[in-house]
Order: sequence, then C-alpha cells, then structure tokens
Amino acid sequence: MTLKVNGKNHTVDADPTTPLLYILRNDLNLQGPRFGCGLGQCGACTVIINGVATRSCILPAGSVKAEITTLEGLAKNGKLHPLQEAWIAEQVPACGFCQNGQIMTAKALLDKNPHPTDQQIRDGMANTLCRCMTYYRVQAAIKKVASGKGGAA
Amino acid sequence: MIPAHIEETLSRRNFLRTAGLLAVTFSTSNAQTTSGPYPDPSYKQLDSWIVIHPNSTATFYVGKTDCGQGTGTAYRQMMCDELDLAYDRSTLIMGSSDTTVDQGGSGGSDGIQVDGWPMRRAAAEARRVLLDMASQRFNLPVAQLAVANGVISVKASPYQTVTYGDLIGGKRFNVPLTGANVDSTTGLAKVKPVQDLKYVGQSLPRYDIPAKVDGSLKWAVDVKLPGMVHARNIKPPFAGAKLISFDEASIRTIPGLVKVVSKGNYLAVVFEREENAVKAARQLKAEWQKPASAPFPASEDLFKYMRAATPTATDRQVVIGDAAAALAKAAKVVEAEYDVPYQGHTAFAPAHALADPSNGQMTVYSNDMKSYGMRNGIARFLGMPREQVRVVWMEGPQGFGRTAADDAGFEAAFLAKELNRPVRVQWMRHEETAWDTKGPAYTFKMKGGLDAQGNLTAFESESQAADHHHVGYNEFDTVLISQLMGTRRAPNRGGGAVPDDRYTIPNRRMTSHVVSMPLVWETPLRTGNLRDPNGPQVTFASESFIDELAFAAKADPVEFRLRLLEATKDDDAGFKRVRSIACIKAAAKAYAWEARPAGNPQAAVGDILTGRGIAYGVRSQTVVAEIAEVEVNRMTGHVWVKRLVCAHDCGLIINPEGLRRTLEGGMLHSLSRALHEEVTFDTEKVTSTDWISHPSLTHRDTPEKIDIVFVNGDPNPNRPDLPHYGGGETICKPLLAAVGNAIFDATGVRLRRIPFRDARVLAALKTARV
Repeated sequence: MTLKVNGKNHTVDADPTTPLLYILRNDLNLQGPRFGCGLGQCGACTVIINGVATRSCILPAGSVKAEITTLEGLAKNGKLHPLQEAWIAEQVPACGFCQNGQIMTAKALLDKNPHPTDQQIRDGMANTLCRCMTYYRVQAAIKKVASGKGGAA
Repeated sequence: MIPAHIEETLSRRNFLRTAGLLAVTFSTSNAQTTSGPYPDPSYKQLDSWIVIHPNSTATFYVGKTDCGQGTGTAYRQMMCDELDLAYDRSTLIMGSSDTTVDQGGSGGSDGIQVDGWPMRRAAAEARRVLLDMASQRFNLPVAQLAVANGVISVKASPYQTVTYGDLIGGKRFNVPLTGANVDSTTGLAKVKPVQDLKYVGQSLPRYDIPAKVDGSLKWAVDVKLPGMVHARNIKPPFAGAKLISFDEASIRTIPGLVKVVSKGNYLAVVFEREENAVKAARQLKAEWQKPASAPFPASEDLFKYMRAATPTATDRQVVIGDAAAALAKAAKVVEAEYDVPYQGHTAFAPAHALADPSNGQMTVYSNDMKSYGMRNGIARFLGMPREQVRVVWMEGPQGFGRTAADDAGFEAAFLAKELNRPVRVQWMRHEETAWDTKGPAYTFKMKGGLDAQGNLTAFESESQAADHHHVGYNEFDTVLISQLMGTRRAPNRGGGAVPDDRYTIPNRRMTSHVVSMPLVWETPLRTGNLRDPNGPQVTFASESFIDELAFAAKADPVEFRLRLLEATKDDDAGFKRVRSIACIKAAAKAYAWEARPAGNPQAAVGDILTGRGIAYGVRSQTVVAEIAEVEVNRMTGHVWVKRLVCAHDCGLIINPEGLRRTLEGGMLHSLSRALHEEVTFDTEKVTSTDWISHPSLTHRDTPEKIDIVFVNGDPNPNRPDLPHYGGGETICKPLLAAVGNAIFDATGVRLRRIPFRDARVLAALKTARV
C-alpha cells in the first residue's frame, strides 16, 4: 500500500488491516505518534488526516487515502509550529509521553476554530489524556496561540 | 538504531575503562568494544561524576533518572554552580548502570534532597582541583586566582587566563573521593553558601523539552536493533489461574511466528512484526484452570472484608498520654470511618523494554526509574553475572513508582536469552491497567475528644492497609514473570502508616495494621509504591477528621489547625512545626480565606453549591498546605474543583518554574485519585482494564486557576546552608482531604469514601436531602 505522510509518498509491504500506528512507527520510523492504549481512548497516537485529529492505533492503514501529518511534519522549513513554540515557552511537558496527542489535537482544534473559548478548549481536548496532568499548562499554551500572542518566549 | 546520546554513553564506558576507573577488574584485551563486561563505575573517583572536554564543556554523570519533573535540569544547575561553569556548557547523563554511579535511580522524591549533595560536592571538588592546577601553572597561590564560567584568571592581571579545557580537557582527574556510601561522597572542597549560587533559584528552561515537542527525542519505546522481534504476553484470564495448555495451531494463519514461549503460568508470543504479535496474543487458544477458592472479595465488598480480616502485622503504633481515659472525660466525642480503594498507577504508556543478548551479554533499554535495581534483579533472575548485564535508561512515561517494580525489562531479558535475539516487550493497555502494581486500599476508624472549650484533647486512629506482600521493587523473585513461573519466598509483610502531622494533641493512640487478600502471589492486586505509597490515603482520613473535629468545635478549619500547631513551642531539627504554621497561613492568605466554621452551605446559584476546604501534610522534610474551592452540582453530583491554592516549603528551591509545574501536576494527579480512580474487581479478576473502567482526570476537570506560593518557613531563612528538600510527593498527600472538606463546606454532606464520583456524591446528597 502507498501512504502519503508529511508530504512524502511511501510504499509499505504490510497487511492493510494493520493499525496505522505500527506502520508509522516501525516501517516509516515516524515515532512522534506513540502507543498508549491501542483502543483510541488516550490520544498518544494522534495524527492529522483531512484536518481531523485521528487515533492511528485503531485506524487500518489500508483505509487511509488522504495525506497524514505526524508531529514530525508540523515544523516548516526548520521553524517550529506556533503551538510547539508555545509548548516550549510555557514549559508544558512533564514526562512528555502524551504530548504528541496534546499538540496534534490542539492543532486540529485551532485550525478549525482559531479563537476557541475556554470551554471549547476543555471540550475539544477532553479525550486527550495526560497522566502527569499537565492540562493546566496545555490549556495555557493553547490560549497563548489562540490569543495571537504566539509562542515566542 | 541507537540514539546519539546513548552512543555517547557507550564511548563513556571506554573512557572509564581506559581511565582504570571501573571498580571490577577486567581483561584489557577487551578494551575497545562496548560488548561488556559491564562493571560498576566507582563513586569514589571524581572521573565517575565529571568529565571536562578540551573545549571546556563538561558532561556530568549521575545515578538518577528524571521521571518528568525536570530533575535533570536541576542537577545541572547545582553542579554548574559548584563547578563555576556556564550552564549551557554542560550536559548530563543519567541512569545507565554501566556509565553512571549507582545512586539508586529515582524514588521517594529524594533526588534533590539526598542525591543532589554528592553531585554538588563532586562538582566543588573538581573546581578545587582545577584551581590547584592553575595555581601550579601560574605559580601563584589559589587565593590570587579568580574563576568564572570555566576560565581561571589571575586577579592582579586579568589577561592571564587558563580554561578548564586547557587544564584537563579530555584527560582524567584521577582524584579519589571518600564516603562510606554514595550519598556521603565527598572530596576536600566545601560546597558554596546559598548566597553564592547563581543558577540555583533560577527558572532555567528544561533541556529535555524541545525534543519532546518536535518529536525528535528517542524514548525507550523507540529503540530498534537489527534482528529484533516483538513479544506480547498473554495474562491469566483469572487471578491465580494455572496454565494447562495452549494450541499453537490457533495462530498458524498469522505470519512471522518466532515462538510461543511458556514457562509455568507465563505465556508470550513472539513475532517478526509487532501487529502480528498483538493479533496472535488475542487469538491464541489457551486453557486455564481457575483456582480452588476466590483470590479476593469483589471490590464492592472490599472494605467489609478488610475490617473483618485478622491483621497479618501491626505495623506501627504511636502512643502519647492516655487517649482512652481522655475520651472518657471528653465533653464531645466524634467518630468516623474512612475508606480508600486500591488505585492503579495506570502509567500512560504500558510497560515496555527492549533486551539485546548480543555477545553473550544482556543489555536492556528501559525507562525503569530504578535502572540499577533492575540490572541487579535481571542478573539474578537470569543467573548471569552482574558484570554481563546492564540497563540503559531512556525516557518513558511518568514513574510514580510503577517502574520501581518493572516487569517488561525482566520479560524482555528472559525472552532475549531464550531466543538469542533482541526482543521488544510491550504490554497492552488491559494488561497494564489490570496487572500493574497498585496503591494499597485502606480503611480507617478515628475517634476524637473535645473539651468544653472545643480543644482537642484526645485522638485515636486505627487503620488497615491491604498491603501484605508489597512488591515495590525490581526483585528477581517478586517481579510478575518470576511469580508466574512459580518462584515463591516468604511474602513481604507490607506496611501501613499513621497520620503524620505536627498537631499538639495531649493524648494520642494511633495504630496501623496490615491485612492480606486471600491470594498473595500471581495476583493483579499486588501492591507497590504509588507516589507517596501511604500518604494520600492516611492524610485523606486524618485531615478529613480534623475538619470534622473543627466543625464539632464550631471552629474555623484554619484557626483550629493553627491552634493545634501553636499549642507548643517544641519543634524538630527540620523546624517542621513552624514551617507547617507558615504554610497554612500562606495558603489561607493566598486564598483570601475568611474565618468561619465549615459546613455552612451558601445559597445555591442555580444547581451549583460552592465551598472551600483546607488540608495540610508533611512528608520527610517537605511541608504543604492546600486549599480547594469546589462547585458541586446537586442535580448530578458532579464536583468541579474550580480553584486550587497551595503553599509549599521544600527549603532551597533549585528551579522555581520547574517546581511549580511539578506541584501543579501532583495536585491534579491527586485530584484524579480524589474524583475518579478506583480499581474494580469481581471474585475472579480485575474488571477495570482501560481508561473507561479506570478513569483518569481530563481537560474538563482542570481547575480554572491554580495558585502556588513558595514558602521558606525556616526560622533563619537566609542561612547559607539552607537545605534543598524534595518536591514530588508531599504535594499528593493533602489534596483528597482538601476536596472532601470543600464538598462538606459546600453541601453539609461529609464524604468518607474515595473517589467522589458523580453517582456516589449524588446518592449522598439525596440521602441528606440537599
């Protein structure tokens, strides 16, 4: 099967029912998305497809026809995405394991609604879990970008 | 591929080897490879801690791991200050058993409090030695030299300079250190007074964050090796089940089978491709025999069972005065019982490790917070000499104590040895949530007596901890795979705890018992260290009860606590009593606390009732007071903690913003335990197996505002030797009680059982007709 990821086409020889996550991590060496539950519950594996934050751990790779964006594909021309900059300025991550899901879900949220209310941020991020409980800082970083104050420290 | 920073640790081994610093002798003919053996670096050599490179940069090597709290950055700040090196000229390597000294990895929130000292002293010693070298070079006494940012200059003629790199770059110090153990490691130099530290106290950004945000960091889950294969476990479907047989034919249609491995009740499938291992673990037909009797009561019967159980041990007893006699004379007696269920670690990433058996050695790539213990445990488990086993620590999900009793590393090493190929083990979510180590369940019975003036004259506390056979460590005979293979020894007796506060109560009797579930081995209810293993449970009971006593005394909860703390002038060496007073006062001030008795429901706004609650706690030397403001929806029972305030005293703060985030996360983790978390089980198995059945706090639960006040309550706050205490776990102690106290204030209903899930709160409100 052929997958377009972060602007590049890749041909992979695998069972098309394989969850996309394993193909990204093991065949394409894109390890930004991570395994957290394999059930679509936590968000660690999130990628963006057609503008939608999508759980790659339960998505058959063969079913993906559109381009996939992973965490590695957010930076453009060596410049981090404003959300990534805000994440650094706000010093969001603790262990950091879930942050792929936090950042990718936030990106899809802001792409659709650049100026969300606090409640829309809470609802939009609700199913993206963090066990270090960095939620307070994740929300602060999203608000920073949404308010146009950007991520620069 | 092995990440670059790990490559650096490999070349580090050669440095230690050629420097003759490895504690165990070895054949020099084997010197240039990284294939082992892997003796221990000696903490008694300065070169084991610090290497100065020719360009005057330094690499620090410490025996700790960073579980996501930024301790790595803090260690660099402390060591750069003592060494007089610019922070950005330093790097830090942590936690690999063959290249760093064994400081035990992480645990007990003592990284800054205990392990920071040998780091500071080693760096100070390196500075002293470098000054001595410069003194010889310039033929001037040290007193006539100045040092800043790795450059030593002559005070009288500042153009005369020499850099650290010029003096020793790439060469070894060969300077012995002394100390009876690694914690007391020291050279001849003294550490600097607090006033001379310039990085300590600054909020330097964490060095590990950029790579965690752009996706470039390689974690323990990311390591790939040529020829590696993927394993998945098949856990017993019933606790205590015996594996009778399995049918390999049932997975024959799945390509790439390497082997089905089974020993005792341990069962795993190994495949070339990961997704096929996942599929096969689900599909493999196996026959299991249920145990003859129930391994544990169902979770709804747990507390009844625990209260009726005969204790296996009485862990702790504190007796002051005569509580029974004082209670008999009391004007008012208050009694209450509290319950806290088993709660899971439920690490965000299930257990994982990669083991490489190349060259007859065993290398395990792991996120184990106690990587040194894992190395020792795996060596014994496999029957290999310690020198042939190493653990390379890499980043992983938060520890919270789970990886102090890591399972996947042992399993990967076992399978790698069996198959003679690199094997990656990854637990699935249902395994991790059902079978990880659990924080012990507790029941409490408390009794307090007030005199006619509302003073607390007597306090009794009796607790039962379901903690028999606590398996909180990487022991070769208690990790799960070892149990499943049939290894048995005398069970650990476990432990309980009694309230830890600084209240002056003239008559006290506090007893803590340990009770056991019927099944001790191969049980998914095995207990381990969960982030202050007993503190949140005990403090929930004791600080809820203090609030109940304050209410009975018609006193303000802050005033009532302060009265108990101010009733004496006696204090301990850590000044924990006066620091407790300082924290409670600082929290009340930050919250703008208005003095009034609790349990005084304000007028509802719509269906929302609002209240505030305080609780406080001490752990080791750290003191914290927390205030929660809650909104309770009386139609749904839903509790939202709208605001949190915390006043925290951990002595000298290394990195304030790093600490602030650690405290925010710790309070919210505890809020998750207060509102959501509970391990559920029937009489055969754990039934909470994922994020739905063992829920965790979400973005929706996040408070609108969190205020953290740093307190330095030391009677001599500017003393030059102000110690740095721990910052990770004390914060977890008071929050459950603060929330329960706030719910009482809002509703007049006292909740004595964790967690405060909507249905439970609603039922209590209905019973009380709120």
